[in-house]
Amino acid sequence: MNTKGKAFKYPDNVDTDVIIPARYLNTSNAAELSLHCMEDIDSDFVKNVQPGDVMVAGWNFGCGSSREHAPLVIKTCGTGCVIAKSFARIFYRNAINIGLPILECPEAADEISAQDEISVDFNTGEIYNITTGKKYFAQPFPSFIQSIIQKGGLLASLKDGGAL
Amino acid sequence: MGMTMTQKILAAHAGLCRVVPGQLINARLDIVLGNDITTPVAINEFNKAGFTKVFDKEKIAIVLDHFVPNKDIKAAEQSKQCREFACSYDISHFYDVGKMGIEHALLPEQGVVCAGDCIIGADSHTCTYGALGAFSTGVGSTDMAAAMVTGTAWFKVPAAIRFNLTGSLRPNCSGKDVILTIIGKIGVDGALYKSMEFTGEGVRSLSMDDRLCICNMAIEAGAKNGIFPVDDCTIAYMKGRTERTPAVYAADEDAEYEQTIDINLSEIVPTVSCPHLPENTKCADALSHIKIDQVVIGSCTNGRMEDMETAYRILKGKRVKEGVRCIIIPATMEIMRECTERGYVTAFIDAGAVVSTPTCGPCLGGYMGILAAGERCIATTNRNFVGRMGHVDSEVYLAGPATAAASALAGYITSYKEE
Repeated sequence: MNTKGKAFKYPDNVDTDVIIPARYLNTSNAAELSLHCMEDIDSDFVKNVQPGDVMVAGWNFGCGSSREHAPLVIKTCGTGCVIAKSFARIFYRNAINIGLPILECPEAADEISAQDEISVDFNTGEIYNITTGKKYFAQPFPSFIQSIIQKGGLLASLKDGGAL
Repeated sequence: MGMTMTQKILAAHAGLCRVVPGQLINARLDIVLGNDITTPVAINEFNKAGFTKVFDKEKIAIVLDHFVPNKDIKAAEQSKQCREFACSYDISHFYDVGKMGIEHALLPEQGVVCAGDCIIGADSHTCTYGALGAFSTGVGSTDMAAAMVTGTAWFKVPAAIRFNLTGSLRPNCSGKDVILTIIGKIGVDGALYKSMEFTGEGVRSLSMDDRLCICNMAIEAGAKNGIFPVDDCTIAYMKGRTERTPAVYAADEDAEYEQTIDINLSEIVPTVSCPHLPENTKCADALSHIKIDQVVIGSCTNGRMEDMETAYRILKGKRVKEGVRCIIIPATMEIMRECTERGYVTAFIDAGAVVSTPTCGPCLGGYMGILAAGERCIATTNRNFVGRMGHVDSEVYLAGPATAAASALAGYITSYKEE
């Protein structure tokens, strides 16, 4: 599993209200919701994002509301993965459960600039900044969580009789 | 090394004698909760996975509270989906318009949650029930869907920060001022992935409404849960509300805490969180230059009876400042009824406020008090993120009910000063 694309850079404490504002949560339709992804802090994101692109952010990404709509819209927009210094715990859980790849790597999050070309190998945790030529390694997931990811999310894993 | 209160509850629900921080466990759940925004996503996943049974209809709670009475057609469709699911699976704790309330005020009030429980809810403020001495944490919709089938959830056992409370609150300060002060001190990720365990002789001076408010905002410090010990106040609160036998857990004397933070309640002052993070706290009286357009008194944080009593004490016989819109939202139908019987509703209306039936409404920018560009609101809610209550260029200041009510009369941010 891997992704390759350009970086979109965001600050610390990106909350789920700006990822997908609650005023749109009168539907659970992912395609419809994804038209508003990041709208309140980056109104051009939806227009500019291409399949495989990478979100790069600071500490505590995805804080606030537990809405699973947040990782869902990021994934539905085509974003290949989110790299952050740290993730808020409910967002972390939700991303794993729905199969949005996330990586914790403070050094990469600091050094990657907006528009840099990035490739990520989820199996090894290697983040490669093609623009600068620098490599980083993210914290690997515990094996329990890797097994949920490999089986395609929590419910698939549950049906498989695996992780649960 | 002993275990914290949270670790003991998790160990018991995982069928283990002992757990340690960082350990991954699978725990049995006493209650699985969802609301009208998160449950539809859970139902979609439940159906997509082909599930046809829930683990225990008595242990699932579905509360329609965010957009009800429905704000628009799409919200009505979401409520309908929840209603039909609750009906098909005969869910015992299904709360629709007429008996609903804001979930985190409602479930303790109705005795659905109980000391010693292990609870997950597809709503981040599910951490509220720690006030009763339960382990309770927010999750997403897929976790809710899985838990409705298995009755279990996986957790990483959290480390803990101990908050050693001493003294007692001054008049016109409440649990809200305590938790805002703590978040101001440790930051919005100051307790990330951890438990916030509140202990010390100061605990006994805090009412159940104060404790519910404090645990409610543990998530705003990034915590997995907040928790209070079970004492006479807890037992008295649960009496007559629940038929279940509470299980009382206490932290071991040699429990390990990553950090202990001393909080002297007597030193807490009326506190306000400025835009756009709950950690941006200031003393209320340092903000008298901030003029406000709107006041909201309500939410799962501060829509309980004591909050209504505080608002009544300050607003009765007075007038909300001309040009300020004051919206008061009792959090449950029982609180609404009590406010009506005690004459609070009349007093609020006479003061120039509006009173709504229970809803999360404006707290998350849903409806019932949305802000225009450039407008400012002081609210007893829990988040002041960009665009949280409306336009991205609006501002939300978080405060306790006394400060919010006093500010409604003044037209600018101020603490309440007795005349």
